[in-house]
Amino acid sequence: MIQIQNVKKVFNTKTGMVYALNDVSLSVEQGDIFGVIGYSGAGKSTLLRLVNGLEKPDSGSVKIDGKDITKLSRKDLNLMRKDIGMVFQQFNLLESQTVYQNIALPLIMSGMKKKEIQKRVEELLAFVGLDKKSGVYVSQLSGGQKQRVGIARAIATNPKILLCDEATSALDPKTTEAVLQLLKKINTELKITILLITHEMNVISKICNKVAVMKEGEICEQGETVSVFSKPVQDITKAFVNTVINNSIPCTLLKDLSYQDPIIRITFFGENSKQSLISRINKQFEVETTILFASVNELGETILGILILQLEGENEEIIKVENYIRGQNVGIERMAF
Amino acid sequence: MVNEFLNVSSEKLIESIVQTFYMLGWSLFFGTLFGIPLGITLVFTRKGGIRSNGIVYFLVNGIVNLVRSVPFIILLVFIAPLTKAITGTRIGTKAAIVPLVFYIAPYLARLIESSFLEVKPGIIEAAKAMGANTFQVIWYFLLPEAKASLVLALTTGTIGLLGATAMAGTIGGGGVGDLALTYGYQRFNNSLMFVTVVLLIIFVQLIQATGNYMSKRIRNHE
Repeated sequence: MIQIQNVKKVFNTKTGMVYALNDVSLSVEQGDIFGVIGYSGAGKSTLLRLVNGLEKPDSGSVKIDGKDITKLSRKDLNLMRKDIGMVFQQFNLLESQTVYQNIALPLIMSGMKKKEIQKRVEELLAFVGLDKKSGVYVSQLSGGQKQRVGIARAIATNPKILLCDEATSALDPKTTEAVLQLLKKINTELKITILLITHEMNVISKICNKVAVMKEGEICEQGETVSVFSKPVQDITKAFVNTVINNSIPCTLLKDLSYQDPIIRITFFGENSKQSLISRINKQFEVETTILFASVNELGETILGILILQLEGENEEIIKVENYIRGQNVGIERMAF
Repeated sequence: MVNEFLNVSSEKLIESIVQTFYMLGWSLFFGTLFGIPLGITLVFTRKGGIRSNGIVYFLVNGIVNLVRSVPFIILLVFIAPLTKAITGTRIGTKAAIVPLVFYIAPYLARLIESSFLEVKPGIIEAAKAMGANTFQVIWYFLLPEAKASLVLALTTGTIGLLGATAMAGTIGGGGVGDLALTYGYQRFNNSLMFVTVVLLIIFVQLIQATGNYMSKRIRNHE
């Protein structure tokens, strides 16, 4: 649905050229909630704005449904933008106008009749849970309510894609949760593909099915959320993953660890997490197992279990155990220290 | 009674007031007509604006600065040939409108520019993300958000313009200011002088109060 290929974007600053995007490629499929995570200045904001043409790449292509939007005329670009909603961290609503007027704006601009606009706005207000706030001025709303208005405005014209620019970063944890659930609802009920950027791994773990990690204008890791969470490769990814799920052996344990016996890390997904793997290993093989670390984490609708075991026994027997585990449809790796 | 106290007929006084408002009204009308597009051009074509264009910005910015650097009293006589070409005469109340427009339009352009620059850039970004064209950005986003501030800008401009009308007497424009100079100052008619000053103070107060009230009403919605 969205294909970003080998995009480069350079900004000239006083201190020299800065690569906001350096050879970035990304592919978002229909129905995805795709999250891009990175610290501020990583280039994710620029990346997001490529999709609706608010930023133009220096080289590379940005395709939506196969059409390269970097080559569109201003008029066609405006037309295409009506198919892409956008939600902002600072809401960017007209503070001097009412909730109704704000949501009606994109409809007025698309030439809808007054009566239909009224019906559509009511529908949207009910959808985002603000049915009683129609005539209230935006400046009188709380942050969470403002973002709901922002979301209603963004999806008013039935877009195919919704872009979220740090949509929850200005909100408190409880409100964040509610807004994330609303985004999830938009994705499942209205079948709108969502591309979001954030610096909070929590957002990714709650609603995104795919994730890309950005650092200094490059995407350093990407994939299904579950697989990135279960096996982060880059240090930055590990750091982000660690902010939501505990993933490592506690330091106090590490000190007294004997490094002669192999340590393995097992990751379970979904249904597999219910298996009684350890008891079966203990029964079937001549090994002693010590649990060094275990955690069960909720990622969107799946479960990610992480288990770190130390195996004590004959080398051959340990290899057998590892082969057995591999056959159980779970992830396994030997940990090196 | 008025005649004896001021040494001018009440008709003369009323005529002056009418002349002042005639000049004020028309030059404000035309000044706004030119000032708003100029102000919008300055905002849009500046570096980082939504229609960034260095050449247009350089030209408009330069012209605005140029006209604003000429003192009004000089402007009045300097553009007299142009005034004649437009109104058919170099003197009189009608003729005064041309230099007054030249005076106020660039001034308003600057005031309008700063009002528009107060609008959060995020609003314009949101407008563009919705596929708004340039006209829609102005009409549906910039104007509503800047309205309260624009009213105050127009108020400031109007009061500046009132001051300028006093000089219109130089080319026979008449008005309260001219009355104060020719009948009050030059004839040592202190009571007339006093009354005209009081009149001008009342005008300024009224304009400012109206502007403040309207701006507050718009802002109170916020």
